[in-house]
Amino acid sequence: MDNTTDEYGDRSPRPTAPLKGGINIRRTLAGLLAVIALFTLIPGIVSATGDPSGASTYTPDLDGAVLSIDYVWVLVCAFLVFFMQAGFALLEAGMCRVKNVANVLMKNMVDFVLGTIAFFILGYSLLMGPDIAGIIGDPTSAFMLMGDAYDVNTMLLWFFMLVFAATASTIVSGAIAERPKFKVYVIYSVIVSALIYPIYAHWVWGGGWLATSTFMTDLGGGYGALDFAGSGVVHALGGFIALAACILIGPRIGRYAKNGKPLPIPGHNLTLVVLGGFILWFGWFGFNPGSTLSAQELVISRIAVTTTLAGAAGGITAMFITWRKAGKPDVSMTVNGVIAGLVGITAGCAWVAPWAAMVIGIIAGFVVCYGIWFIEKKGVDDVVGAVSVHGLNGVWGLLALGLFADGTYGVYTTEGPLVTGLLYGNAGFFLVEVINVAVVVLWAFGLGYLMFYLLKKTVGLRVSEIEEREGLDISEHNTIAYPEMVIKDFNMGGNNR
Amino acid sequence: MKMVQAIIRHEKLGEVKKALETQGILGLNVTEIQGRGRQKGQTRQWRGAVYDIDLLPKIKLETVVDDADAEKVINTILDVTSSGTIGDGKIFVWTVDEVIRVSSKERGKNAI
Repeated sequence: MDNTTDEYGDRSPRPTAPLKGGINIRRTLAGLLAVIALFTLIPGIVSATGDPSGASTYTPDLDGAVLSIDYVWVLVCAFLVFFMQAGFALLEAGMCRVKNVANVLMKNMVDFVLGTIAFFILGYSLLMGPDIAGIIGDPTSAFMLMGDAYDVNTMLLWFFMLVFAATASTIVSGAIAERPKFKVYVIYSVIVSALIYPIYAHWVWGGGWLATSTFMTDLGGGYGALDFAGSGVVHALGGFIALAACILIGPRIGRYAKNGKPLPIPGHNLTLVVLGGFILWFGWFGFNPGSTLSAQELVISRIAVTTTLAGAAGGITAMFITWRKAGKPDVSMTVNGVIAGLVGITAGCAWVAPWAAMVIGIIAGFVVCYGIWFIEKKGVDDVVGAVSVHGLNGVWGLLALGLFADGTYGVYTTEGPLVTGLLYGNAGFFLVEVINVAVVVLWAFGLGYLMFYLLKKTVGLRVSEIEEREGLDISEHNTIAYPEMVIKDFNMGGNNR
Repeated sequence: MKMVQAIIRHEKLGEVKKALETQGILGLNVTEIQGRGRQKGQTRQWRGAVYDIDLLPKIKLETVVDDADAEKVINTILDVTSSGTIGDGKIFVWTVDEVIRVSSKERGKNAI
């Protein structure tokens, strides 16, 4: 693509590095502005009918005070969920080699910044807009938060939903670290946040068919598919897109010996991995308790407890499994175990008892360790274990909700119908969750596969072999994360890299 | 004049320096290196898998001394570093043709 002469006149300094396959920024921006201009011409979208200042939403009485508490609760929790971006960035950076650190950090930034705009323009409307046939929300209903959506209540929910969408999309970057072209990830970020995530999330959280169709609510016993904070909506979705991406992009050079035996590629910094893990755990205290969307639901304390117990049980389990298998307790797998427990409890955190949370965490620890080793043996190179941590345990979380829900809390309210699982006599609800699992796996893996297949046939997924060996920091960003550190690739024995 | 080059364990550097100092040997150079001897390498763990590393980090300490002092330096280093186990390191000794102190342009023994 020869666009250097278009963008830089003779007197302007030219970039020293060639703009390989760069995107024509001017044309893209002009197109975007044209679309925005077109939409603003449509009457009704520009005329504000919401409450953009909060003046008519707030009342100076007890109701107003309680509402303010709810606002603070939801916003603080959303800020915590936002901070999970930092957790993912650090964990993934630590799991990578020195030569790919800047690239993986950049991917973590771009999926949030681009995802935010995609969610602003289309994603949120598909998720929470007025339901159309149980399939999508009205795609123009909250376009750029104009018209009715120019409203403090809508924007509160918008912000909370945004940070969840961003969590789903950032799962993939660690799985396919150290080999994809950066522009592939740019395109992926927009598609996931604008389409793939919001449509499935609408089916569960936005009034779509999984949650509200008569068939599902009859089967479930008064309620359809449930997923309290998103084991399925966020984690299984991200995890199975990651699986499709890993399969299509192929393993890193040196990941497998010629006879197919997996060879470890140690990450460069376990400090970052553990710090990232703890930041994710901290963020989960916004993710799960915040999903009540109200501080008046005092189940928030129970959710904090179940969340912590599952994370702890997952970490312990992974620690003992690796201790037994390899001889010493493994640091990064223990972090994976913690995150796996947290993913596993996310769907049922408000509906299961503390003992069940511990059981969910223990099983999550088994699922993540053996999942990682199974996937690795099958020739699928998932750098951070995202497919097992988020995909398999997302599925486990939905099933665990269907099993362990103990009939003590309703659908985001203390009022009935109370949510009850198989072990407490409601087999129908377990079936609902099984259907939910099948749907999210097919949707995420299917669309993820289609998206990355098309990208593979058009832009190509991988950097060249030379670029991969040199590191993506240089090939994709022409920079070095640690300029004063010598890249030491030579101390790995026995690996024919 | 002799160059004494000792490959030693990281954790022994402080003791070796102190022992040489008490023998009046102050000048020395230290480099962090990776290498292997008969020990070949060790294993490490990553995510439940065991892998080999065949180059181990070591310290390379070099000092140039008068011929008469060479044996004393070697024995001092040995006293501190020899534990009788694999991985203690190695000492190489060779003859140095000339030493020149850059600041004063002195040559030979006086420049050491």
